[in-house]
Amino acid sequence: MKLFEFEAKNLASNLGIATPRGAVASSAEEARDIHKRLGGAVVVKAQVLVAGRGKAGGIKFALKPEETFDRAKEMLGSFIKGENVRKVLIEQKLPVKKELYISIAEDRMNKCQTVLASRQGGIDIEEVARTHPEEIARRHMDPVYGIRGYEARDLALNLGYGGQQLNMISDLLTNLYRLSVIYDCELVESNPLVETQDGRFLAADLRMIIDDNSLFRHPEFQERSKEPGAELTPLEAKARENNLAFVELDGDIGIIGNGAGLVMATIDLVKYYGGQPANFCDVGGGAAADRVASALGIIQSSDKVRTVLVNILAGITRCDEVAKGILDVKKVVGLKKPLVVRMVGTNEEEGRRLLETAAIKPLIHMEDAARLAAKGA
Amino acid sequence: MLEYGTKIVAGVTPGKGGTKLQDVPVYDTVATAKDETNADSSVIFVPAPYAKEAAMEAMDAALNPVVIITEGIPARDEMVIMRYAREHSTVIVGPNTPGVITPGQSKLGIMPGNVFRPGSVGLASRSGTLTYEIAASLTHAGIGQSTCLGIGGDPIVGLSFVDVLKMFREDSGTESLILIGEIGGTAEEDAAKYIADTRYPKPVVAYVAGKAAPPGKRMGHAGAIITGSEGTADNKIRSLVAAGVRVAEIPSGIPELLVRKVQTVR
Repeated sequence: MKLFEFEAKNLASNLGIATPRGAVASSAEEARDIHKRLGGAVVVKAQVLVAGRGKAGGIKFALKPEETFDRAKEMLGSFIKGENVRKVLIEQKLPVKKELYISIAEDRMNKCQTVLASRQGGIDIEEVARTHPEEIARRHMDPVYGIRGYEARDLALNLGYGGQQLNMISDLLTNLYRLSVIYDCELVESNPLVETQDGRFLAADLRMIIDDNSLFRHPEFQERSKEPGAELTPLEAKARENNLAFVELDGDIGIIGNGAGLVMATIDLVKYYGGQPANFCDVGGGAAADRVASALGIIQSSDKVRTVLVNILAGITRCDEVAKGILDVKKVVGLKKPLVVRMVGTNEEEGRRLLETAAIKPLIHMEDAARLAAKGA
Repeated sequence: MLEYGTKIVAGVTPGKGGTKLQDVPVYDTVATAKDETNADSSVIFVPAPYAKEAAMEAMDAALNPVVIITEGIPARDEMVIMRYAREHSTVIVGPNTPGVITPGQSKLGIMPGNVFRPGSVGLASRSGTLTYEIAASLTHAGIGQSTCLGIGGDPIVGLSFVDVLKMFREDSGTESLILIGEIGGTAEEDAAKYIADTRYPKPVVAYVAGKAAPPGKRMGHAGAIITGSEGTADNKIRSLVAAGVRVAEIPSGIPELLVRKVQTVR
């Protein structure tokens, strides 16, 4: 789950990480008032979860509160890379001496968190990695011992700082690492991390991505993770409420399956046969009738869906439960779209028998099912 | 697992010690189970919040390998598990895996045994049901399997494709291999590099799921996310093909590719 910049900064300042003074606004009037309180020049930042908002017009400077009003008015309600802007962050403009980059990210290969620190910040870090790899220092964090002071100081040296500033950077790194641990982050990234002209360091931008698998120990994020409009489309939010793994796509063929790999392969197959999948929906292992029913209900409620393809290879899942789920939907709201079912595995006979009572004939091979669905069933 | 012939000698559920489940004795701790039954490996099904400690408990009792079926374990816990495994020289399979099966002999996991047949093809996969799908199509085509395993669908897992390639290389019962990958991470690219660097002696074919996945979207598995250019299906397929691996366009294309690949190598 991605946090908005203002949310990440609130959590960070609670841990003593310096961020620019500012506040978040939902209206142009509020934005203007915040500017009046802050004084000086400000930056108006669209609060969206997509990366690269700067180039898309989501970061603007303003000298006067009236200007801030105008910028906020333009941004609020607009779309940045397809994401609706509902809030803007108004912050004091920093007297920048240098822009740095620091991140702490999940490192699959080394099975730990890895800290990246670069003297070149404020720009696309992947570009820096390509053109000036020597400018990026990296250090693998021990998952048990965490960051040690000398590791943080070593990184500070790599960033080119000594004296009092060496300790300032190392404290900042330690706090960012604490932030990452406390909130189970996949990513904590400050780009840019600003050195001001008077030699202080502030996280001018801050991104945090929380590991979804850790949400059970973060009740503070649970409600937030189900909010529509943030990262989720209304359909995705509905699916999330029903604990389904669901991603909306652009096409018109609804897809339901069990197991992420199988569902991805089903989507690929539908495309291979010339169809356009409308979604990814994984009911997971051992899904009972109600899960299948809620998946089918959500997918057929979408106007853009013309056909629904159900692909079940039952191991710990049971075909009769899947069939019951489909029949429940038929009984309660009716099957609103042509349905193609491929279903094999545990309790297949019973599942088939149930579906055949409703005149649905499940197929054996997923290729056949995908081909049929791609043709519009 | 019992039905498949796996010798399950003990179960562990705190508070249920002294009871029996399908004639298998249940213990309160892994240590007592190990002392009394001489168990040598562990399969973990405990819910995600408790999985880290369950894995550590199994490793402390010197069980090896430890197969972690549980899905949804926080990445940070998985990092601790893998670090503990390094210290204990324990082989971890998973988490978020259907387990390991040697058809006709034994299985440590939850896969439906009936889709597998004994044979000489080794299979390693990041996905559960897709493994069954492809194993079933092999079995249907008369191609049996030596050992099939899921390396796990999470970003942080124990055994990697490269580790598995090394093990299959030494396994006299395995003549050819299938890798089933998916978007996210670099497991397939790493495997491709290993195959090319070592001029891997056994024929390898592959399938990669997620070609149609949009960037930045997470497809169910925590592992299946594309970030930037790294981790796309296209990138993985390109790397594998460059290493001499034949990549099937659709899952049902694997058996034929495998037969052809084995013939050309011979």
